[in-house]
Amino acid sequence: MGKDFDLYRPSEEHDMLRESVRALAEAKIAPFAAAVDEEHRFPQEALDALVANDLHAVHVPEAYGGAGADALATVIVIEEVARVCGSSSLIPAVNKLGSLPVVLSGSEELKAKYLGPLAKGDAMFSYALSEPDAGSDAAGMKTRAVRDGDFWVLNGVKRWITNAGVSEYYTVMAVTDPDKRSKGISAFVVEKSDAGVSFGAPEKKLGIKGSPTREVYLDNVRIPADRMIGAEGTGFATAMKTLDHTRVTIAAQAIGIAQGALDYAKGYVRERKQFGKPIADFQGIQFMLADMAMKLEAARQLTYAAAAKSERVSAGSEKEDLTFFGAAAKCFASDVAMEVTIDAIQLLGGYGYTRDYPVERMMRDAKITQIYEGTNQVQRIVMARNLP
Amino acid sequence: MTLKIAVCVKYVPDATGDRGFADDLTTDREAVDGLLSELDEYAVEQALRISEESDDAEVTVVTVGPDDAKDALRKALSMGADKAVHVNDEDIHGSDVIATSAILAKALEKTGFDLVVCGMASTDGTMGVLPALLAERLNVPQVTLLSEVSVDGETVKGRRDGDSATELLEAPLPAVVSVTDQSGEARYPSFKGIMAAKKKPVEELDLDDLDIDADEVGLAGSWTLVDAVAARPARTQGTIVTDEGDGGKQLAAFLATQKFI
Repeated sequence: MGKDFDLYRPSEEHDMLRESVRALAEAKIAPFAAAVDEEHRFPQEALDALVANDLHAVHVPEAYGGAGADALATVIVIEEVARVCGSSSLIPAVNKLGSLPVVLSGSEELKAKYLGPLAKGDAMFSYALSEPDAGSDAAGMKTRAVRDGDFWVLNGVKRWITNAGVSEYYTVMAVTDPDKRSKGISAFVVEKSDAGVSFGAPEKKLGIKGSPTREVYLDNVRIPADRMIGAEGTGFATAMKTLDHTRVTIAAQAIGIAQGALDYAKGYVRERKQFGKPIADFQGIQFMLADMAMKLEAARQLTYAAAAKSERVSAGSEKEDLTFFGAAAKCFASDVAMEVTIDAIQLLGGYGYTRDYPVERMMRDAKITQIYEGTNQVQRIVMARNLP
Repeated sequence: MTLKIAVCVKYVPDATGDRGFADDLTTDREAVDGLLSELDEYAVEQALRISEESDDAEVTVVTVGPDDAKDALRKALSMGADKAVHVNDEDIHGSDVIATSAILAKALEKTGFDLVVCGMASTDGTMGVLPALLAERLNVPQVTLLSEVSVDGETVKGRRDGDSATELLEAPLPAVVSVTDQSGEARYPSFKGIMAAKKKPVEELDLDDLDIDADEVGLAGSWTLVDAVAARPARTQGTIVTDEGDGGKQLAAFLATQKFI
């Protein structure tokens, strides 16, 4: 075994992928991160760069024209983009979230029709589960889909939809049988151009300001019956199965943001001099950095282990406790990201509190990872129900 | 007929690291990570673009370097090159540009080529003369320092942007060209490219394979020898002119003493 002992480390190819995405992110995404945040605008430069280098939706299987990246490779892409710009990391992350229901449960026809344009970079994909009165209790949704011959007619409001208005495609969960609660929910692909689809005003958020979050209004949206993802009544199960995998990508985002903050703070404390020496020479500072790095590395290892499980489950394994691991990784990594980014601000002192330095943006971006794809309180419910 | 494009690439110490010299005054490979020379990435990019424009082309990346130089080849393969040639031999250690050009020329003759693409210089030695030396040894035309390059049938064409003129140049194939950092941004390896690179062939060659005697190359066979190295002296503070009404005159006087005006 010796130097080639390969447990608990990514493969050489994963390391090369990280190197490639990091170089791209630093050259093409980082320079716009502050402006994207300040101006609340979509990071078009990031989308263009990711598409040009086939990194915008790496999870799409090769059979549908995608890169066919495994779950860990997808995590690495999201992590490295998040390291420089949280808003931009929602491009690869939400492309996976939105399209995974189709990948997991869609018919061959749906996959061929919708995954191809996603892989090519012609269309982005969003995920529409939450509603104004159905957040943690997603099964309490009110959006209805009513059968009408060879069509379904959708009516309702979806809230907190990431990249709404920018994405061409939406996985929409809607009630098809109100008597069956979660087993009466079905999933559909809705297109931005379908008649009756419109969007609310962008939410005014604390962070991830470059990623539009809007309501999606469905007003008598009439779509062909073959747009249903999987069988009638399986939509909620598909939605939950999707989150098992994509919570790992939120963990990836969290560790990326935290790494960005730690890297910045590390550089700062070596430059900043007080009492005649760099503040990095003070043990009080060193202890903070050690704690930040320790927590971050623990979060990363948990996330990568969860990603490996996600990949094995995708390949058909039934022996993985992905539900626990996905929730644990998301919850732990996002809590760590919050702690690390707050400490990064502390290390920069007054400068860290200003918008002239990137760490306050990173803290604001980190906050959402504790909330979306299930609050961390919900993650703990999920973990408790699925203890290893 | 397959258009055979060879790209000469160099494995260099990371310029952002703390670069230094070993005891024998050659590059210290231990102290700092190495990578594919950034200026050679432009050469790989242009070779790939020419290949993509062509109906039938094959891109081979060639390097002369130690074991770790395979990382530079791997990067070029993950960008999209088809195969690689790695000339690696302990006796090559310490070769100057003239010795290196002799090894590369032999390797290129063995591999076969219609077009050789080089970067404008390495980012470590920055000699910039290797393309010319190669062309001379291979007895083919050289078209160097191009900011634009294309292949049209049996001819390579390009544009060289000089200080006072822009030249449009062409040469019949086979030929050697070098491209500048203005030739077009190098692509980033995609996930597919990285996975594909693992399966691409890398041919290992040593001096015996190329019929080169050990004493023609390496420290012993090189025409140039590094006698001593010294760090660049730290910048000293410049002259501060206090403006008491005659600042302009003082400034002009200073510039005149430095022969700037």
